[in-house]
Amino acid sequence: MFWRSTIGKKMVMSVTGLIMVGFVLVHMLGNLQIFEGAARINAYSHFLHFTINELLWLLRIILLVSVILHIVAAIQLTRIDRAARPVGYERKEPQAATIASRSMRWGGLALALFIVFHLLHLTTGTIHPVPFVPGDVYANMVGGFQMWWVTLIYVLAMIALGLHIFHGAWSSIRTLGVNRPKARPTRRPIAAAVAVAVWAGFTLVPVAIFFGWVR
Amino acid sequence: MNLTLHVWRQAGPSTEGAFATYEARDISGDMSFLEMMDVVNEGLIERGEQPVAFDHDCREGICGSCGMMINGVAHGPMKATATCQLFMRHFHDGDAIHVEPWRARAFPVIKDLVVDRSALDRVIAAGGFITAPTGGARDANNILIAKTNADDAMDAAACIGCGACVAACPNGSASLFTGAKITHLGQLPQGQSERDRRVLQMVAQMDEEGFGGCTWHGECQEACPKNISLDVIARMNHDFLVASWTGAGDKRD
Ligand code: FES
Repeated sequence: MFWRSTIGKKMVMSVTGLIMVGFVLVHMLGNLQIFEGAARINAYSHFLHFTINELLWLLRIILLVSVILHIVAAIQLTRIDRAARPVGYERKEPQAATIASRSMRWGGLALALFIVFHLLHLTTGTIHPVPFVPGDVYANMVGGFQMWWVTLIYVLAMIALGLHIFHGAWSSIRTLGVNRPKARPTRRPIAAAVAVAVWAGFTLVPVAIFFGWVR
Repeated sequence: MNLTLHVWRQAGPSTEGAFATYEARDISGDMSFLEMMDVVNEGLIERGEQPVAFDHDCREGICGSCGMMINGVAHGPMKATATCQLFMRHFHDGDAIHVEPWRARAFPVIKDLVVDRSALDRVIAAGGFITAPTGGARDANNILIAKTNADDAMDAAACIGCGACVAACPNGSASLFTGAKITHLGQLPQGQSERDRRVLQMVAQMDEEGFGGCTWHGECQEACPKNISLDVIARMNHDFLVASWTGAGDKRD
């Protein structure tokens, strides 16, 4: 009953989306340690992989389940929504929809592809321009962002992520039935702050490395 | 003023439609959009052609019958205005105006600009009512209702069921309509006994009719001739979550 309805599916997307926003914030803060030097960020990586290894795996499982549910619900809802208007308008002028709200589907797809790329790039080291050293996060990051196209992919993906969060964080709260964020689709300071923080925090690292501010 | 209309013409539910172009001559700014259409139709009748079919009844913005996409905007360019209350003074001499019917799987075209909106009636029939007996008029303030609740309920009750929210939504969702009725009854003491069942049944019916889901574009709120706020959708979702969680809706028949 719950999962079968469009609202139930959307609520699943909201909860899983908010879990991912939480992950992304922690991930972003973790990345910024690169500005404190190799020792600091490598110690953090060691902490994650050894000290709290079991917890890390638990979180990874939660995250993976969230990603899968989010994508499955998104695909099902997209099909329902498309089917709801088989004949389109010859002329339709959007009155309130934002770039963020209208790019949720394509942006989401782009992010899914980016996540695969990112895991192959910096987690497994499969796509890597310089020799990948497991455990030496600092060297891998510095090495990983020397190529212009890699850096560009990250920069573009983070724009997509910022937009996705700008709409998603706000609409998730409302989907879950909270009336608080007021019904002015363009005024949503908290979602905007989170989106900008995530975008800026993530973009800073590859850009700083590429331009040689971190070496 | 003189205008050029591009109007969707479709002879019947299963025939192919196409746009036709008509000239609307000597239109006064004091005419409503529907009166302008009447003038065009008189010309068509004089020439022995079929007039453009469009739905209308009260022509004072309260029945919800009228409704068309005017230049890509549901009910045309004025906010919080039904098509019958849209006056031609908001257009300019020489304008070209696109007129299309509401487009949604749940709103099949019957003829020209007339669509079948009975899907909305079935959503209401699924739970948009109360079963409390209604007798003679009660004394005022017999049942105390907080002012904020009364205001929210009445704002939501302003829905005239025109379907503009569905027409404007990129997903063809009826969430604003359904949310309005759920908010209207859910804010009042008389609506409490069926509150859980109402939301589950109305949402199930809404989905079954083939409406899409809400993605919070906010297009419905802009299109609504009664200015109903997106808040009603959050309230519907809240009630839906509570009712699904407690399972309260399933226990009663
Ligand atoms: S004709 Fe009744 S609302 Fe327009």
